[in-house]
Amino acid sequence: MIRGVAVGVGSGVIAATRSVRGWFSAVLHGLGSYILFNAEVVRAFFSPPFESRMVVRQMYEIGVMSLPICLLTSFFVGMVLALQTGYASIAVLNEPVNVGTVVTFSLLKELGPMLTSVVLVGRIGAAITAELGSMSVTEQIDAMYTLGTDPVKYLIVPRLLAFSLMLPLLVVFTNIVGVAGGMLVSAQEPMYTPYTIYWEDSLQYLRIGDFFHGFIKAGVFGIMIATIACYKGFHTGGGAEGVGKATTDSVVTSIAMLLIGDFFLSSLLIALRIG
Amino acid sequence: MIRITGVRKSFGGKPVLRGVDLEIRDGETLTIIGGSGQGKSVLLKSMIGLIRPDGGTILVDEADILHLPRRELHRIQRQFGYLFQGGALFDSMNVAENVAFGLRHSGLSRDEIQARVRTYLEYVGLSGVEHLMPDELSGGMRKRVALARTIAYSPRYILYDEPTTGLDPQTSDVIAELIVSLQKRLGVTSVVVTHDIKAAVTVSQRVAMLHNGVIAAVEPAEALIQSRNPVVRQFIDSSEFCWRMNGAVRT
Repeated sequence: MIRGVAVGVGSGVIAATRSVRGWFSAVLHGLGSYILFNAEVVRAFFSPPFESRMVVRQMYEIGVMSLPICLLTSFFVGMVLALQTGYASIAVLNEPVNVGTVVTFSLLKELGPMLTSVVLVGRIGAAITAELGSMSVTEQIDAMYTLGTDPVKYLIVPRLLAFSLMLPLLVVFTNIVGVAGGMLVSAQEPMYTPYTIYWEDSLQYLRIGDFFHGFIKAGVFGIMIATIACYKGFHTGGGAEGVGKATTDSVVTSIAMLLIGDFFLSSLLIALRIG
Repeated sequence: MIRITGVRKSFGGKPVLRGVDLEIRDGETLTIIGGSGQGKSVLLKSMIGLIRPDGGTILVDEADILHLPRRELHRIQRQFGYLFQGGALFDSMNVAENVAFGLRHSGLSRDEIQARVRTYLEYVGLSGVEHLMPDELSGGMRKRVALARTIAYSPRYILYDEPTTGLDPQTSDVIAELIVSLQKRLGVTSVVVTHDIKAAVTVSQRVAMLHNGVIAAVEPAEALIQSRNPVVRQFIDSSEFCWRMNGAVRT
């Protein structure tokens, strides 16, 4: 019996080791492939001809068309932040203290870039993966090669450029609207903070570095979302099922990488005294 | 001329091409036949650099496309047209934009490009469809638009991947006639991949049989039906059986 248990445990350990090794090997392979893909994108980025019309089209789709949903999200996030901060402050200090400061700092440095990025992952990242994935499984990407057009240059570079330019711009607008949302709520019962006080609180401790902190993060997040979405779409196989799987992978990977990357990027920016 | 020597390709450790040797002469149409999964499309895609073989050489006018720098490879690729099995039309573009896509950096003016688009659409028997989107076209129309897109930039070589698969017999005949007419009028060198014996005999001068990852036989098209090669014989007999069965069902 003991021998049977020992054999069972041994087989389990061997199977688990193989499984971990297989997973580790798959992760390394994926990472290597992603790095090579990005190297190809960088090469295409700097070699003419430049697809400026495609860039403008993508900027419109990613920036202008995403503005309403980003503003709506940010407005409500600003309001709920002011509400929670105000109530917590009243509960602890018996008056709403520095509501504007908390709302502005939270939005500018963290919530603005992160929430806008998450909205864009859902609205644009998933769409990019699904579109490129369906092009890949129907041989449209191969067709582009045969027609003398580099698909990395035509499809990927404009999306990457548009994402990394438009996400920081969107974050500027969402920050303004979020702070305004907080201002609206903090003026109501039970905080009754006048707009001028809220505004003074907001600006009192704010430095230009704090603005750049969020702005730089938004740019990096834009590059991360665009490259992950494009990579997943470009390497889709397996028909309609493959497109669905790639799209889910793209969204999950992007959000996970955003949250992980956010910590390390914030640490780096703080170490560099940017915000 | 395209000269293929010892081309090998495996996927996930499973060999598909085991040393293909084949020569395609200038101005001819050669058809590669073979059963499903024999690697016909892999061989075709290798000729244009869409798939990189594990070994061997593919010479296009004496240039080995497997060992060319990227820029030089692109120059060679521009001499090729490729008709994909499903057409591979760009979903987000209408018919005119699809046909014009290969001419974007050709230096032609917008009017010249439009004129050329109309000419080639007329050539494949489609007029007045410029504004339609690919999802508004039938299977045969998609193939013809794809063919117009392929020939619009005047390639020297045209590679056809299963040009008649999935089409009704009448539309298959129309596509086959177009392939013959292209070879006669434009003098292009063509390679057709198909398992449709009738189309193979109709469009080509020579037929190569791909079996178990190697070229089992190369026969003149007119002698194909009487071939004594056992592999070719078996393939033709099974195809004839299918024809008869289809005939019986229709009757």
